[in-house]
Amino acid sequence: MRNPNQTLSGADIFFECLRQEKVEYIFGYPGGAVLKLYEKLYDVDFLKHILVRHEQGAAHMAEGYAKASGKIGVVLVTSGPGATNTVTGIADAYMDSVPIVVFTGQVATHLIGNDAFQEADIVGITRPITKHNFLVRDVKELAATIKKAFYIASTGRPGPVLVDLPKDVINSVCEFEYPEKVELRGYKPTFLGHQNQIKKAAEIIKKAKRPLLYVGGGVIMSNGERELKLFAKENNLPVTMTLQGLGAFPGNDPQSLGMLGMHGTYYANQAVNNCDVLVSLGARFDDRVTGKVDTFAINAYKIHVDIDPTCIDKNVVVDLPIVGDVKHVLAELAAELNEPLQLDEWWNQINKWKEICPLHYEKNDGKLRSEFIIEKISEKTKGEAVVVTDVGQHQMWTAQYYKFNNPRSHLTSGGLGTMGFGLPASIGAAFATKDRPVILISGDGGFQMNIQELATVVYYKLPVKIFVINNSFLGMVRQWQELFHDEKYSFTDLSASNPDFVKVAEAFGLKAFSTNSILNVDEILDEALAYNSGPVLVEFKVVKEDMVFPMVPAGKSISQMMTKRLDPKEMV
Amino acid sequence: MKHTISVLVENQFGAFNRVATMFSGKGFNIHSISIGETETPEVSRMTIVTEGEDKIMEQVVKQLNRLIDTIKVIDLTGQDRVERELALITVFYQKGTRAEIISVNDIFRGNVVDINNKTITLEITGPPSKIDAVVNVLEPYGIKEMARSGTVALKRGEQLKIDKNIVTQQ
Ligand SMILES: Cc1ncc(C[n+]2csc(CCOP(=O)(O)OP(=O)(O)O)c2C)c(N)n1
Repeated sequence: MRNPNQTLSGADIFFECLRQEKVEYIFGYPGGAVLKLYEKLYDVDFLKHILVRHEQGAAHMAEGYAKASGKIGVVLVTSGPGATNTVTGIADAYMDSVPIVVFTGQVATHLIGNDAFQEADIVGITRPITKHNFLVRDVKELAATIKKAFYIASTGRPGPVLVDLPKDVINSVCEFEYPEKVELRGYKPTFLGHQNQIKKAAEIIKKAKRPLLYVGGGVIMSNGERELKLFAKENNLPVTMTLQGLGAFPGNDPQSLGMLGMHGTYYANQAVNNCDVLVSLGARFDDRVTGKVDTFAINAYKIHVDIDPTCIDKNVVVDLPIVGDVKHVLAELAAELNEPLQLDEWWNQINKWKEICPLHYEKNDGKLRSEFIIEKISEKTKGEAVVVTDVGQHQMWTAQYYKFNNPRSHLTSGGLGTMGFGLPASIGAAFATKDRPVILISGDGGFQMNIQELATVVYYKLPVKIFVINNSFLGMVRQWQELFHDEKYSFTDLSASNPDFVKVAEAFGLKAFSTNSILNVDEILDEALAYNSGPVLVEFKVVKEDMVFPMVPAGKSISQMMTKRLDPKEMV
Repeated sequence: MKHTISVLVENQFGAFNRVATMFSGKGFNIHSISIGETETPEVSRMTIVTEGEDKIMEQVVKQLNRLIDTIKVIDLTGQDRVERELALITVFYQKGTRAEIISVNDIFRGNVVDINNKTITLEITGPPSKIDAVVNVLEPYGIKEMARSGTVALKRGEQLKIDKNIVTQQ
């Protein structure tokens, strides 16, 4: 440790702050405005800089790292194009509440506003997509600003924070002292739920005949999985999860109904429609979950636990809001409920729904299907892997068929639905995960959106298992075109333009295989999963025109669910 | 229904922008917005007049509270409050109408702040409804230009207090 009150340059202060924040990794890319920081970085040994191939990749890597570890992901990029390249990743982190801190270089303060070389108003650009952002105008503010940035990103409802660092601020010197406390009178993020509201909720749940827990990503962010398990188990409550909530409760537990919503299970959505008490835990009633809002859980008394007051009554008006950290609220709720509920009738009903319409896909035509592959991956890894996906059909199939045992294991872009998220996020996750396999399930479309990061995964010898589900289509869009756009497959057929994925992978230095046969799947998966000296890519050439079912068409009520292809008009 | 919301923000670079960006990003209406210093130099007060259903207004207040730079948000609607707006209104006059316009000014206790051979400029202060009334009366003469400050408002009696106890964490 250096002496406090020593005079340091902005660049030295920057790294001292990162050391104090115990940053292990920076995902970054150099350039003119941050040269001084990179000069220092050359000799920094207490953290590792990961060189990406595109700044969007850096932002998604930071997200992957943060989601898998629960720590803060850190990004460092140059001004102008370096900064603007991170925008999609920042927006993604904002929508999914991922704690990342993005440091951007900026032109010197006296040049700001002059259209200087590589100047972009990144603070202005990212204002609506960050939890907060800062332009540091004076080196004296640098340490306190960095402290605030880390504090804001990780507390309350987490989110991205951007810190813009003008070149002269980095170069000038001042006395360094890292503040011990954060002083922000407008920000009071830690809430314990209101006692009376919790008591009232417990009373309501006690009397419920058909209760349902609707679990979102907030449970995972608050590290509330143990409390959730205890609460659900002791009271015999059915649990359904959102896309971001998967892993909060074990997917293979009989009390799990899997995912709800647009591509949720039939039984989860039926349970939502028929429950009498719906307990929302760290979820935000997103339109992909609710379908037509005024028909969502229409007869249920709705309890909504969330740390962010703006989530409450935003999309769906609830009966009993509890603003607070969901982990704490769950623990207190559990303490209030001391007699197991009598829910035999409700469970009989749910089990009937499970029987009538389990998740299913065509198994008898001998063709290779994504669902089969994902089911196999789930079995072979016993639900213990960290699974990262891209966006599209393969993402929904992963959510349906991979049975997640643990939180922080399902990393996917939910709110923004960012194609290109998968590969870089899996790299970030691999830095955070040492004891479990990291698996990427991607589509042939999205994989090409940040394919340059293959260089990164190879360089750092990360044992990521990359499974490219190649249906030669932008599959999810093709599905909508088939169902709702008159089968006009406008610009979604990639078969004539896709590269040879094996050759691409090999050129980057990966071990790679490809198959189109259902017979090879076991063998190839075994080999890929056993290979740990670096990344491996497997291309699965699957049927082109498969569809994700069940499906609730956008804006429809979740009771109007399509469960199979044959007749889209036939609603169940 | 119209709401008048008083917001204390850190007097910092960007705080105003942040509020404006939030309003446009969320699709909330703004009728007027004014910002200025308070008795505490590091704090500014914004007065926002906005309109929407109750549910939307609740969101407006929550979203304002969520911004890191906002220290306190109070919806003054329905509370006992003082509201004022200032307007500068330049009106055309003819031979016969100059005296009439000045008498309008007097009735509304305004000030004549400028005059030339074609126009006369009045300064009117009062609740927004009074300004509306003046504008109505002056419209037939021909309003050349107008600038309204937007509403500023304070709760009557006890004023909004700034939380001097800075909250510290960690
Ligand atoms: C950056 C971005 N552009 C466009 C879209 C719209 N979109 C959603 S899914 C999808 C198709 C994805 O195709 P692919 O990656 O092959 O996966 P599949 O659906 O076939 O599994 C597209 C284009 C998006 N989500 N993100």
